Amino acid sequence: MSNHEILNGGPLARAIEFIWREAELLDRKHYAEWASLWSESGRYIVPIDPDTEDFEATLNYAYDDARMRDLRIERLTAGYSPSAVDAAKTLRSISRFRLVEAAGDEVEVNSAQLLYAYKRGVHTPFVAELNHRIRFTDGVPRLERKVVRLINSTDSLSALGFLL
Amino acid sequence: MSTHEYRLIASTKSPEDLVRHDRVDVSLYNDPALFEAELEKIFYRTWVWVAHESEVRNSGDFKTATIGRRPVIVVRDKKNSINVLENRCRHRGATVCEKHKGNATGFTCPYHSWSYGLDGKLRALPYPDGYEGILEKSELPLTSLRVESYAGMIFASYNDEIEPLEDFLGGARHWIDLFMKQGAGYPIKTQGEHKFSFKGNWKIQLENTTDGYHFPIVHKSFMSSVDEETSQMLSFMTDEQAVTHSLGNGHSVMVMVPEHVDLDHDDGTEQLQERFAHVTEELSKTLPPEQVRRIVRSLHGAGFNLNLFPNVAMSMSFFRVLRPVSVTETEIRHVALGMDGGPDIANRERLRIHEHFQGPFGFGSPDDAEAWDRVQRGSYAGVDAPILVNRGLNREITAENGDKVSHATDEGGMRGAYDMWKRMMSQ
Repeated sequence: MSNHEILNGGPLARAIEFIWREAELLDRKHYAEWASLWSESGRYIVPIDPDTEDFEATLNYAYDDARMRDLRIERLTAGYSPSAVDAAKTLRSISRFRLVEAAGDEVEVNSAQLLYAYKRGVHTPFVAELNHRIRFTDGVPRLERKVVRLINSTDSLSALGFLL
Repeated sequence: MSTHEYRLIASTKSPEDLVRHDRVDVSLYNDPALFEAELEKIFYRTWVWVAHESEVRNSGDFKTATIGRRPVIVVRDKKNSINVLENRCRHRGATVCEKHKGNATGFTCPYHSWSYGLDGKLRALPYPDGYEGILEKSELPLTSLRVESYAGMIFASYNDEIEPLEDFLGGARHWIDLFMKQGAGYPIKTQGEHKFSFKGNWKIQLENTTDGYHFPIVHKSFMSSVDEETSQMLSFMTDEQAVTHSLGNGHSVMVMVPEHVDLDHDDGTEQLQERFAHVTEELSKTLPPEQVRRIVRSLHGAGFNLNLFPNVAMSMSFFRVLRPVSVTETEIRHVALGMDGGPDIANRERLRIHEHFQGPFGFGSPDDAEAWDRVQRGSYAGVDAPILVNRGLNREITAENGDKVSHATDEGGMRGAYDMWKRMMSQ
């Protein structure tokens, strides 16, 4: 399949459209709407170990099932968390998409994310490889899994009051 | 006032002037000259925690660490000794290892290939004819530090004259022993770590480990995200048994969950938390009920935070390690712990508990970091206004063993740490 075909209504094109929409929701901190993108079984994962696929057996920055995602969103929006109340503004750009697999109604896509967080005069980059697994049920996309592999995951980060 | 003028004023004050029994001068957070003095008089003079033995289990296992701003390698050699070596080639000074951890047979400098053994000895260098008669290899090992360990906690010191580690730990040893009981019959092992940095002085973090006062305020969002039982367990604000001991030498302990101070003690009345029902059920398939109970009661760790001056804390279920980067920047590591050889399901549950609170993406640490960031920013406004550490002076008592004891929300642990700071800075 050529890039032209992929980008014209194929599975990659539909996935990219979804990923960009998700990115905008996160930058605008529309977390309730972001939550609605997920399937009930979906996992939101920010690993530390750059090589692992066994996220359950290793320490991650985030390893959220539906319950933990809900709690995280509650924390970010309820107004009790000082780091969330004063969260950085973010702007992210996602590109370098690659279709890993399109099988049945599920599409898996890798991409590169450049995110800048701005807070109190300082811009902090959070640069990551993304992996999205998106299931299209009756044409409606739902996130089955999102893995955010920060390129500096094994070094010290700044604390975050927003979602990657 | 410019930073330069301010520094001149601060540096004219003695440690006695800077630290009073109930307050400290705000320059302790932001004076670059004081920071340099702290590196020399504290971090390069005392025992500094560098590793846990499970991180260097086998011959050749190493991890890199930093004492003050000096890079070191912690490595187990072929004779099973643990060495702490300066990570600096004796030739032109390049680091000989830039990995966080691994296993090696030796360390070779990438610049001119001087190679060193696991014990730090200089083994070989290329084209040795240029050194004939002017260089003795035995005189140029990687510089090694003094190393001692207690209960698997490895400390190093640049000070050859320093007192034995056990004496330095003093009354804290009892609490280290209690802390290790969360292994529930298994040795403790590390299970990965979160690292994050904040733009503030290291002592802001040091204070925080036995600051029970902030917990329900800064961590309100965390508390509202946990189950009712965990929330009850961590509600110590008016619990009279929740106390802080200042243990001497700057060490302190804050008890938050009195019934989990000694995990071997179990009167059988405690209900195992419902949130761990899946763990209890799984363990019960193969283990006797007492052991299941012992493991599940230990999942949250010990019921206290033990703060060891100057750089490590044993906080409930994890190690907190601080590294002073500059006067206004500190790196924190939260090291997750597990049972070495213990059941996977329990160790994984511990990982999930760690992820929930700790690290740059946790439900707790980012809020701490926000508060500390503001302490640092605010410190520049308060040149004449001291930092108060007087909470609970009205109810502090001295126990028979000499510990100063007050409530867990009091600032006795900080007062103890600043006493030690004053003592070391007056050397």
